[in-house]
Amino acid sequence: MPILQPIGRAFLGFLEVAGRLTVFAGTGVSHCVRPPIYPRLILRQMVEIGYYSLPVVGLTAIFTGMVLALQSYTGFARFSAESAIPNVVVVSITRELGPVLAGLMVTGRIAAAMAAEIGTMRVTEQIDALDTLATNPFKYLVAPRLIAGVTMLPILVLVADAIGVFGGYVVSIFKLGFNPGNYIKNTMDFVETMDVVSGLVKAGVFGFLITLMGCYHGYNSKGGAQGVGTATTNAVVSASMLIFCFNYFITEIFFAR
Amino acid sequence: MTETVPKIRMRGLCKAFGDKVVLDGLDLDVGQSESVVVIGGSGTGKSVMLKCILGLLHPEAGSIQVDGEEVVGLHGQDLERVRRKFGMLFQNAALFDSMPVWENVAFGLVQGQAVPRNEAKEIALAKLAAVGLGMNVGELWPAELSGGMRKRVGLARAIATTPEIIFFDEPTTGLDPIMGDVINDLIVKCVRELGATALSITHDMASARKIADRIAMLYEGKIIWAGPTAEVDRSGNPYVEQFIHGNAEGPIEMEVRAL
Ligand SMILES: Nc1ncnc2c1ncn2[C@@H]1O[C@H](COP(=O)(O)OP(=O)(O)OP(=O)(O)O)[C@@H](O)[C@H]1O
Ligand SMILES: [Mg+2]
Repeated sequence: MPILQPIGRAFLGFLEVAGRLTVFAGTGVSHCVRPPIYPRLILRQMVEIGYYSLPVVGLTAIFTGMVLALQSYTGFARFSAESAIPNVVVVSITRELGPVLAGLMVTGRIAAAMAAEIGTMRVTEQIDALDTLATNPFKYLVAPRLIAGVTMLPILVLVADAIGVFGGYVVSIFKLGFNPGNYIKNTMDFVETMDVVSGLVKAGVFGFLITLMGCYHGYNSKGGAQGVGTATTNAVVSASMLIFCFNYFITEIFFAR
Repeated sequence: MTETVPKIRMRGLCKAFGDKVVLDGLDLDVGQSESVVVIGGSGTGKSVMLKCILGLLHPEAGSIQVDGEEVVGLHGQDLERVRRKFGMLFQNAALFDSMPVWENVAFGLVQGQAVPRNEAKEIALAKLAAVGLGMNVGELWPAELSGGMRKRVGLARAIATTPEIIFFDEPTTGLDPIMGDVINDLIVKCVRELGATALSITHDMASARKIADRIAMLYEGKIIWAGPTAEVDRSGNPYVEQFIHGNAEGPIEMEVRAL
């Protein structure tokens, strides 16, 4: 059966990658909790991921909140349901759009940069050199990035939530003529702790996935400049895919009753 | 058994990349405080051999013992412990380009031996001076160095922790003849005065004669000749003779086609 062969081969290939990725992730995580820990390196990564992503994430969030209010208005006005706009904005942003869009923007910035940096270190033998200097590359390169990703993404998303809701508020007040007091009261009454918490859990998971993909593809890159380029592309694509995939399952865990 | 254990003992080492067999049953001993130079054509697997000993590449078969301890298949803490005995100069230097030169040299001291940074910096600058690089070079970034300077920084990094065993992968390639000789003297000094064991790779026969106690020739994945440096000129081995005289004619055939 020549049709089944390629399918089987692809499936085995998938299992192999999944297995290697699991081992890589496990090793990385185990080095996050075992000493020695490098606070300087963790801090540097936190600044890189958290602080320098703020403008990108903030701009994404504010325009998303604004367009959300505008689009809901044009739709809801047909049913005279304009009053639901604050609710729609705050729930969409905190549950879904905040974490997913922040995750994707950070993927573009961070996963690519990490894969390129670590990939270059691999092909120029700098990772081998780390090994010979009795420094574990997982401890020195991977663990600080994973820690920074898992801690900084929730903070970024919290900021994105606030800015996104503010974007919706601005459009509703200045363009659609809502009453500011009512808008804020509606928002506060409707949003539940679980909406925000689920978004932050997602953010933490996404932060892990983004940094993991950046490190994994960089660490396993081969060849020269071209290999690093491939690693960078693969890191961004796989991190984005995993974000959408995990987003669904985390949503299901939190909200499917 | 009163026979002394060699510092490094390789037996039947095999390493292939896909179909391409690089090492094919390599045997070599390096004694305590001995300086061995491996010569051989380009692409014969000399660098691969060093990486196998360090556990950076995994041989398919064979055994490597360091101080009598089998190192093939070691991992985790054990591998790290064995690696602390080594210093390695990579062929292309492999400097960390995210940190200045002095931090490169001090890296093994700070990370591996927990030496305080300012103390490590002093040692690093002293090692840089020993390879002919001044104070100001310490503050430069690797990208700002010439090829020969990078090589010397790599050398300083390899010897900074005063390891028991040092690997030099082509230490004098890319250096001018005078600086090449300074480096030769430095390697000899590491072996004679500090008692280190050295395993070097070079194509430069003048350098080999100067730094080696023993010379070994790698050809087609095996050591085809090994002997004291003084005997290299009367090895009676046609491959070695061709190599040391640099003749295009001889038993070693280069796979080239005339234009
Ligand atoms: N990572 C690798 N993947 C595939 N092949 C490799 C790899 N590293 C080395 N090789 C192959 O192994 C052979 C030996 O390489 P090696 O670098 O050891 O040569 P060498 O003896 O050090 O040569 P030179 O004197 O030019 O440095 C080469 O033919 C090379 O193509
Ligand atoms: Mg080489």
